[in-house]
Order: sequence, then structure tokens, then C-alpha cells
Amino acid sequence: MSQNDFNPKILGFLCNWCCYAAADSAGVSRYQYPPNLRTIRVMCTGRLDPAFVLRGFAEGADGIFSGG
Amino acid sequence: MDPYNEGLAVTRPIHIDYAQAVPATYYIDPEACLYLKHGTCQICVSSCQSKAIDFSQKAEEKEIRIGAVIMAPGFGRIPDATLAKYSYGQHPDVMTSLEFERLLCASGPFEGEVKCLSDRRHPKRIAFIQCVGSRDLGCNNGYCSSVCCMYSIKEAMVAKEHDPEVEITIYYIDMRTQGKGFDAAQQKAESMGIKFVRARVADVMPWENNLKLTYSTLDGMHRFEPYDIVVLSVGLDAPADAKNLGEIAGFALNNYDFCKTETFAPLLTSRPGVYVAGAFQGPKDIPESVTQSSAAAGLAAGLIAKDRGKALVHKTYPKEQKTGKDEEVRIGVFVCHCGINIGSVVDVPAVEQYTEGMEGVVYHAQSMYSCSQDAQEVLKAKIKEHNLNRVVIAACSPRTHEPLFQETLKDAGLNRCLFEMVNIRDHCSWVHANEPAAATEKSKDLVRMGVAKARHIQPLPEQTVPVTAKALVLGGGVAGLTAALTLAEQGFQTTVVEKEGTLGGHLQHLSYTLQGDTVSTVLGELIDTVKKNKKIELLTNTELSQVSGFVGNFSSVLTTSKGKKTTETTLDHGVIIIATGGREYRPEVVLDNPIKYSEAIVTQRELEQRLAGKGKNPAPKSVVMVQCAGSRGDDLNYCSKVCCNHAVKNALKIKALDPSAQVVVLYRDMRTYGFAEDAYRQAREKGVVFIPYTMDNKPKFKGSGKKTSVTFFDPILRDEVTMTPEVLALSVGIVAEGTEELSKLLKIPVNEDKFFLEAHVKLRPVELPVSGVYVCGLAHSPKPVEEIIVQAQAAAAKAAIPLSKGFVSVEPTISCVDKEACIGCGLCESLCPYQSIRIIKDENGKRKAETITASCKGCGICASHCPVFAISMGGYTDEQINAQITAFGAK
Repeated sequence: MSQNDFNPKILGFLCNWCCYAAADSAGVSRYQYPPNLRTIRVMCTGRLDPAFVLRGFAEGADGIFSGG
Repeated sequence: MDPYNEGLAVTRPIHIDYAQAVPATYYIDPEACLYLKHGTCQICVSSCQSKAIDFSQKAEEKEIRIGAVIMAPGFGRIPDATLAKYSYGQHPDVMTSLEFERLLCASGPFEGEVKCLSDRRHPKRIAFIQCVGSRDLGCNNGYCSSVCCMYSIKEAMVAKEHDPEVEITIYYIDMRTQGKGFDAAQQKAESMGIKFVRARVADVMPWENNLKLTYSTLDGMHRFEPYDIVVLSVGLDAPADAKNLGEIAGFALNNYDFCKTETFAPLLTSRPGVYVAGAFQGPKDIPESVTQSSAAAGLAAGLIAKDRGKALVHKTYPKEQKTGKDEEVRIGVFVCHCGINIGSVVDVPAVEQYTEGMEGVVYHAQSMYSCSQDAQEVLKAKIKEHNLNRVVIAACSPRTHEPLFQETLKDAGLNRCLFEMVNIRDHCSWVHANEPAAATEKSKDLVRMGVAKARHIQPLPEQTVPVTAKALVLGGGVAGLTAALTLAEQGFQTTVVEKEGTLGGHLQHLSYTLQGDTVSTVLGELIDTVKKNKKIELLTNTELSQVSGFVGNFSSVLTTSKGKKTTETTLDHGVIIIATGGREYRPEVVLDNPIKYSEAIVTQRELEQRLAGKGKNPAPKSVVMVQCAGSRGDDLNYCSKVCCNHAVKNALKIKALDPSAQVVVLYRDMRTYGFAEDAYRQAREKGVVFIPYTMDNKPKFKGSGKKTSVTFFDPILRDEVTMTPEVLALSVGIVAEGTEELSKLLKIPVNEDKFFLEAHVKLRPVELPVSGVYVCGLAHSPKPVEEIIVQAQAAAAKAAIPLSKGFVSVEPTISCVDKEACIGCGLCESLCPYQSIRIIKDENGKRKAETITASCKGCGICASHCPVFAISMGGYTDEQINAQITAFGAK
């Protein structure tokens, strides 16, 4: 598979206080990034149960992003 | 012209000043509006769909009755005439630090790209010139602006991050990074390759494509260097309308047109009831301004304490409708255009239509601005009309707008937690502006996930915890006593705990201040006032030995020792103020010289005691003072902020007692910031000799007892000089006292220098990370007495918030333990970073976890680690997150 064909589905868990806020300010600053990420907001990545990660892969995610 | 961007960019006559402006509302700039200037146009009136523009509005005068006024007009600009000698205004690449700050900023004129204003090329070499409009009698600003050294370091580092190749030099007289952690920032800047040159800049002239900067160094040499950009680190002037304000409100200004205040009453103007806060009181940085504003609010609250709450209007909500677990889920989805912010990228109608037929969705709609006032009315009407019991809004960030919509839900009689927000602006349209199809797909996915979560959302109770309206103040020094007095004046019972037998702390060792106050008189008055106050209980020879509980509900064990007898008392209180102070550090080695303290080798404090004493010859005939003795990397890593002022104070005292006495001060950077610069200048005028030394060439001391000799390098003579002074005075630093023990007891962090670490350095400077615990004085960091007093007043003002409310409200998104399922393993208790979950014995004697709602921050570490899934997080349950993950996959 060439690099261009691969269009990964990425599931992200974003900490409300840091990464979610950073994603907001990326928006405010109009930084452009690829549209492959789908996010779930949590109050802290401490909430991230390993089971969520496994479920994410089982549901078809090509990658899991944890931002906290 | 866009004034926010220093006129370096253009904006429209109708605009929001900047992204974080409060209120974030558009307004018409009367200077740019064609109608207001020339009576034409008015296009905006007809094009505004909400009919929000009304040119018939007139300025009106209103009269309000008030009990106190706080003056916080900020600072003014250094006049352009002062900058002209550096070719400012004649060459576009000579700019002020304010302009350069805008260049660095992502919301600035070049979106954060640093370019020369002359030809838009990227600069290769940048120079900063310090003390422009400060420490300069030429423009009648004899004071130091206190903040410029630090902001120049910051700007230099940011510029270096933008382009690591750029060469940056900062030309300075003294680097004044005296604040908490500031020296570390300068060291970081040096390690990034930023150069610091001690020099006076003679002028800046255009030179071919560049600028030529001419400067002279201490050794008397003149040199010049080419630069692409020269940044003038402009100081803080008094506000332009200071005189006018002073006249209107009837308070006095100092000789620089800042507000005149006293050392021991730093926020009182000369008119009772009028307080001052921020840079108008004297140039200062953000943490100190924030601290002063809290303190001023606390003082004003004390003045009008008996009227507290009289003008309060309580908002009422309709009765909350019951939303049972088994009730049919009825979701309403609202997709926002946000004007063109979302709508120009994401196909909003397609996203809205996408929700048609989704399980549980009974209503969907679009709105132009879902946050507008009329949209709230529509939202309320639709909730009623369609009997909605879950609301999903696909718009911007919940971090900014969730509270607004939750308020609308409450107004519509719904529990505010029956709400989910999907961010299709900040996380979608704005960041995928060139990929509308992909952005629309992403929006659909995010909405699908949001709806999936919404199906599982349950109402959560609003929780409040009652507060014991009493305060505990640890420390009976000037910080503790001031904090106690500020609380008592607001009407709160306060207990002060002092481990020594006397009150007053280390201020008892000082005799006079730089400003000329007699310390013992002022301290005596403070102690008397505190003793007479019926709301204050004073416990000397007492220490805190145990503490349990949480904000609003602490319980402490206090141990009092009288001789060999110790007694323990238990105190219930709602808040804790830490004012445990610090002490003089007595290093045994200074600048690699072993020190044996004696009559001839003393600290500045000891010298001060001698100077204030009644002896026949209090002033020594010759003194050498050594600054940073044991500080700033010599032993302690930080600057103690007060030692330079202390040296100048004692030097002036010696000169007053005996004008023929010889005083030499060996220093690294004289940090007489703010108005203390006047005293530094005065000392030089009186013949005190200040000679800089560097860490590569440290002064050497010899001798002990009555004979000492000091050898140092004089950069002007360019040779070593040996002196045999009568007294060698060491300007030693300050260390925190007992912070490590207290840190363990209260579970609050200290920094690497053993001072308490505040909750947020800039925005929450007197609060600690544990709710209900505040800090002031030397336990926070070394600082002079006027700053300690302000900090104590600020800590008291912050502590008074839960005390006056009478309850602590808790966000519903916290952890909740299913007692049935819990096996009492205690993993959660050991992992909780906030000590907010504990193991108790239930009625059957079984170990069970219990959330302490008042202090839980909702992070969910307990829930994700619970081996039996007994802990659920309000608003972020396993069920809800799993539903989101499943919806992520279900395409």
C-alpha cells in the first residue's frame, strides 16, 4: 500500500484541561491538520481505561491517540 | 488600523478587539466608523440580521452609591520622543517590545512569523535594548519598570523558538530577574544561545540594509554591531490620565505620577475608602497585579462587611422535571453554522439531515448562531414543544460554551447534565478549512458519537457542601497577622498559630525600611490591633500536628508547649492560610571562601542591628558589601529579591551616620527594582561605590575576627584591588522554613527551592493546588515586606470566598462509588492525586471506598483503575464512553 492510499481512522481521548484545550487553540489559530481524528473528551486521561483502547481497536480504529 | 496589533495590521471598524477579549462582543470603533465620523454609510444597520445596531444610543451619566472604590487603571506608554534617539519612528525595523510581541504572536500581523517591517525579510540578528524609558532621568522616569528584563527574555526565547538560527543579544545595565523562578528562565535563555551584554547603548542608526547599534562597555570601550531588528524594551509609564483620576477621586500621586502609597499599607490611597491595585501602584508583573487585585477586593470587602450580600439578586429556575432511567430518550440535535465559521466549510444542512432517524433523536434543527440570545429562546421553546430530555449541540467548544447552554437547560426545567456538546468548529471547520468534504464527514461522525453518548446521559444532582466559617492561619509573622486581620475585618473568626513565644516573626529583626519607616512602631501597632480584635484567637508556642478533611470542613490538631507541658486542642475550620515564613540563610562558604562569622564578618541583618543600635560608633569607617552571598547558584539557586534593597538601605544609613565612611558594594546585578531605584541612585550620589563581579572572577576574602581583607577585580581599573574593610557585610538570601514537613502534612507541593508551589503562577498566585489552602509571605518565595502584606491580604480575600458563601459547590462530574460492588481494596485511595477518595468502614465493618465530593476534581483515575468497576464518573461513565467508541466504529 502506498502512503497516499492509507487513510487511517484514529480515535483520540483528549484531556479537557490540556489536550482538548490545545485542540481548541489549534482551531482558534487556524492550524491545519489531517481530518483523520475523531475525539472523545474526558476530564483527564487518567480516566482512560485500557479497555477503551482495546474496544477502539476492535471497532476499527487504526490508531488510538491519548492526549493528556 | 488595529490598535490591538499596535497598528501593525488593519482591522475593520466593527470588530472584537482580540480573541480573548471580555466581553467577546463586536463594537464600533467611533474613530473609524463612516457614520460617526462623517454621517454616511450605516450599511451595518440593515445588514445585521439580529438588528443589534442602534445608532440612536447616547452616552449617559449614571450615579451609583458605593462603599469603596478600587483604582486599577494600569500603566501608560513611554512617549515616542524618548525612543527617538534610537531611530524609532525613523526606521521601521526599530520597534518597541510591544510591537515585537505582536510580531511573535499567532494572532499578530504576520500570524507569528517574525519579519522585518521594512522589507518583510526574516531577521538574522536581533538586539534588545533594556531600560528604554526606565532608570532614565532624561524622561523623568527615575524608577525601574521591574518587568522589562523578564519580558525581553521571554520574547527572545519565543523568537529563538520560531527560528533557532536567529542571533539575539540583550544589552542591559542589570538583569533584574528577581521574581520567583525568573533566574531559571534567564539561565534557560542563555543555554538557548541568547547573549547578554552589560553595556550602555549610545545610539542606533540606519546602516545600508541594516541598523548599526553603538554601545559602550564597562571597560570604557566603544563598539558597534549590525542588526536587522532592534527591539526597545520600553518601560511602564504612569497612566496618561493619572493626574485627572487623582483629582476626581481626591488621592495623591507620587513624584512619577503613580499612586502614592505607604510601605505598610501598600494598597491604600491617601483617601480612605479608595484602594489601588496593579501597575498604577508601581510597575509590576502579572502575578503581582493579580495578587494586588485580590487584596484590594479583600480590603474593600472588609470596609463594607456589614452590607455583604444586601444587593444580591438570586436567580430562580423552574422546578426540574424528573428524567427517570426508564423514561423514553428524546434527543434534540442542534447544528450551528456559527455564521460562516462552520457553515463555510462544513455542509451544515447535510450534518443536520444525517441525524434524521438516529435512535432517540426526535428533533433536529440548524441555527445561525446557537449561542445568541434569541437562539436560547428557541432552544427553550423546542425543549417544551418536543418534550426533549437530552440536548446535543454541534457547534464550538464546550470549554467556552457549555455553561451557557446548561443555563438554558436549567431555565427550561431540565437537569443541566442532560447535555452533550460536539465541537465541529475548533476541532473541525477551522482546522480542515481546505477539505470541506472531509470536514463534513468528520462532523457527521462526531455528531453520531455525541448522540450515542447522549442516549446514556443521566441527570446528576447539584451538590453543595457546607462550610465551617472559620479560618486557621499558620504563622504569626507580618504575613499571618495581616491575613488574620483582613479576615477578621470581613467578620470571620480566625485562629493564628505561632510556633514561637512572640508574634511578629522575622520583622522583629528589622529596624527601619528603605522608605524610612520605623519597623518596631508599625509592627507594635499591628500586633496591638490583632490582639484587640475579638474575632482573632492567638496561640503562641503552638504548632499544627495533624490535619484532616477538605475545603470547608478541615479538622486540625494543634499542639501547644508550655515548658515541658504540651496540650492538644482540636479546631474545626473551613480554610487554611499558610504564612509560616522563612529565615535568613547563613552560608558557611561564600563564593568559594569559607566564612567564619564575627564582629567583622556579618550579614546585612546584623549590620542593620549595629547601625540602629545605641552604640557610640554605630557606623563602621569602611565596609565592603558582597551581594548574592550564597545565592543565585553560589549555593542557593535563586535570587532572594530583598538583598539588594537591604544593602542600599544599610549603605545609605552608614552615609547618613558618617558621610566620610567608605562603602563598596560588590554585586552581580543590582536589583533595586521599582521605586527603590531612587535609593540606589541616591546611594551612588552619596559616594557609595558599586562594582560588579562575575562568577568567572569571584571576590576573595581572607581573615577572621577583627581583620579581613577582600580582593576583587575592578573592571574600570582593569586590575585586582585589595581592601581591608572594618566590616565585611554579606548579603545573604532567605530560605523557607518548615515547608517540607508542612508539605507532607497538607499534601501540597513545594518547588525545587522548597517554597510552596501555587495553583497557577500567574492567575492563582495565592491559592495552592489543594482547595481551601492558601499561601502568603516567605513560604511562597522571598519578597520585601510591602509585597508580603499585599499577598497576605490577597490570601485572606481568597480564603474569604468559601467562608462567605457558606457552602462549596461541586461540579456533578465527579466520581461515585457503588458501595455494593466495592471490595475495599484501597487502590483508588492510593492513586487519587487529590486525596479525594478514602476507605471507610461501613455499618457492617466492611472496607468501602467513599468519594470526598468537595475536593474531587473528576479526573477519573479511580474509575479507570477500579478492578471491579465499582466507580463511575458523572458525565463520563463506562457506558457513555463505550457508546461513543462503538458509534465511532459504526459507520
